[in-house]
Amino acid sequence: MTKQILEGVKIADFTWALVGPITTNMFSIFGAEVIKIEGRSRPDSRRIAAPFKDNVPGLNRSANFNTYSLGKKSIALNLANNKGIEIAKRIVKWADVVVENFAGTAMERMGLSYPILKEIKPDIIMLSSSPTGQTGKYPSVRAIGSHLTALSGLQDTAGWPDLEPTGLDSYTDFISPYFNATAILAALDYRRRTGKGQYLDLSQYEDCIHFMAPMILDFTVNHRVNSRLGNKTNNAVPHNAYRCLGDDRWCTIAVFSENEWSSFCDVIGNPSLSNDPRFSTFNNRKENEDELDKIVENWTILRSTEEIMQSMQERGIAAGVVESAEDLVEKDPQIKHRGFFLPIEHPETGVYRAPRSAYILSKATPDVRRAPLLGEHNEYVLKNILSFSDEEIGELLVEGVVE
Amino acid sequence: MDAMLSPYRVLDLSDEKGQFCGKILGDLGADVIKIEKPGGDDSRKIGPFYHDQEDSEKSLQWFAYNTNKRSITLDLEKVEGRRIFLNLVRKSDFIVESFTPGYLDGLKLSYSDLEKHNKGIILISITPFGQDGPYKNYKAPDIVAWAMGAHAYQVGEPERAPLRMSHHSQSYLHASGQAAVAALLALHHRNNTGDGQYIDVSIQESVLHSTDQQETTGRWDAIRQLRHRGMAWPRTGLTTTSRWKCKDGYVIFVYWFGLSAHYSTPLVELMKEENEIDDFLANFDFAKFDWADATQEIWDKLAEPTQKFFAKRTREQLYNYALTRRIQLFPIQNPSDILDDTQLASRNYWVKLDHPELGDSITYPGPFYKSNETAVRLDRRAPLIGEHNQEIYHQELGITEKRLLELKQQGVI
Repeated sequence: MTKQILEGVKIADFTWALVGPITTNMFSIFGAEVIKIEGRSRPDSRRIAAPFKDNVPGLNRSANFNTYSLGKKSIALNLANNKGIEIAKRIVKWADVVVENFAGTAMERMGLSYPILKEIKPDIIMLSSSPTGQTGKYPSVRAIGSHLTALSGLQDTAGWPDLEPTGLDSYTDFISPYFNATAILAALDYRRRTGKGQYLDLSQYEDCIHFMAPMILDFTVNHRVNSRLGNKTNNAVPHNAYRCLGDDRWCTIAVFSENEWSSFCDVIGNPSLSNDPRFSTFNNRKENEDELDKIVENWTILRSTEEIMQSMQERGIAAGVVESAEDLVEKDPQIKHRGFFLPIEHPETGVYRAPRSAYILSKATPDVRRAPLLGEHNEYVLKNILSFSDEEIGELLVEGVVE
Repeated sequence: MDAMLSPYRVLDLSDEKGQFCGKILGDLGADVIKIEKPGGDDSRKIGPFYHDQEDSEKSLQWFAYNTNKRSITLDLEKVEGRRIFLNLVRKSDFIVESFTPGYLDGLKLSYSDLEKHNKGIILISITPFGQDGPYKNYKAPDIVAWAMGAHAYQVGEPERAPLRMSHHSQSYLHASGQAAVAALLALHHRNNTGDGQYIDVSIQESVLHSTDQQETTGRWDAIRQLRHRGMAWPRTGLTTTSRWKCKDGYVIFVYWFGLSAHYSTPLVELMKEENEIDDFLANFDFAKFDWADATQEIWDKLAEPTQKFFAKRTREQLYNYALTRRIQLFPIQNPSDILDDTQLASRNYWVKLDHPELGDSITYPGPFYKSNETAVRLDRRAPLIGEHNQEIYHQELGITEKRLLELKQQGVI
């Protein structure tokens, strides 16, 4: 097998929940050795998150955990125990990179702050991705993705103008990892050039505001506060998801230019629509958008979303199926063609399908292996990496340091 | 003090689908050159605009995602333009592009053409569905990409249409974020081998990664169940909410039970102190209660006094309680609220950049990281069209003034 891109990169992974594990997953699927430091007395919140395979709960059965910890190694350590902390420090001494996503200052309280870890490993790269950052007036705010989605302004932009903001769950948990991963990769390059490690302090609140930047500038420049608009946008009409034939089937359609508009009228078999005074210009269509949407939906409701997508796209009009997970995993020919989902054998859940990266590299294939069972690599880490004797390992187990 | 990526140069040929990738690399210290067609990039026409003046030099979307970049104009469809481009490629490390698949091949600027000029070059393509497959030529503005990556399916109300997020394109930001990670993975590979490579980023696949796999493909694989819009959380089939109306907007708050009851009790304690609680909520044992036993009646009895308490208070009042009493309650903020935020201000998050041609300076979101070791730079506003033609073509590439004038007359730059 050819050498993986990140082979030889060693990561001490203190992360839990979503932001941290998704970050280190970007490294483990390209060959980095990621030691996930977790515990049985306080398991990663994802290990206890439903849905579980076949609805049978179990620490190794969470669909969520098994998707975002691909190819990592697990050691179950009790970090409430001083000896557990000492072992964690020895893993840090072995590592190139430490990643954690606790609430701000938590590592300090555990005696694992950057200054301490730097003494153990002078060129260590440490990245903290906390809700509000490690400094400032409120550094230790405990928050999850749905809270940060509210704080960062993203929540307010999702939904209908006449209703409360619609559910976005923990949207920001899928944004912060880009910033974490690029910062770590850049720091690895900096260390290669200079021999120096560093401490990287990222606030999830701050990095997610970059996904709001045009609206932030609209406020700082124009003093305009924008909010949710349903599916409307200012430069396209029709621009919506339309109900199609079948149960909860929908097709998105977006018409921008005059050319697209006249092709659109052809495709829906209603060329006279473009002469209708209500819809003759972009501004008229915008003004009568709700009326137009009804006309469009009267046409879409009789047809399948797949058929509509194809007939629109063939004429150069943007349209796409509102895909469910089932569409993506079982049907979407594009996803199939690109081999996006990879079947993985897992001893407790059987085969499950894991997504590869959102990119294909010409000179590297992602090494997608199953997520570890809790504590699966206790012996490997203690013996092979940290050189503990069998006797010492036995004691650690008896004392409950290793769980 | 060096920045993390200061030795590297990025040529950014992308439109709004990829511009955030170059910005991330620029914020990490790379020299990013935005290459625009003569007259300026089409993405400069995307609003909102500075003081609502529709003008290629006043797009706020452009301002937002092109800070820390320089700009040159260059027509790649002209032979002389390609010659200059290849000269730049020899002196660069990354190229980011978002043309339709096959466009660069047609100009003889595919990866295999470019690597002949620079074997270390890393070419990153960002397209709606990737470079191959049955949908590769399909169009995907944000609403389509968001739908086909299975995000829209989950967003919205059960009885209404699935939704995108309003205003600018979230899908493209996700693809750009993925592209930046891939670019630096490829840099790592180059450090080990000396070879560059080609990166094919799919916006559809990026959107899929922006959904919670727990709720999408993971849920499907584990229990053959789809997550529908507006599904209650915690998931019971009951009508519950985590978004509560208060005096001036909404806050997010979730009641937890069992082992997580300690997230519920601080709010109940506060309501007791303020004497705004009823007996049912005051005596409710969150630790003992199993959410699986919840009924709509129980939820409604918990929700009613809670809603009353929130309705009498502003978001700011409630958030102040939350911060001082460690209640997991957060305001649903808009840009105006965010600009007022104490924590962001106390971390000196905001950056003011001068726009001398507008006689103005504008407040921007600051760098996304703080480092104890490396320089963090966000000091350059987005460039004007071809603002750095002279600096880059003449001073850095050594093209004479006379030749530059000719190139301009030929419409190459």
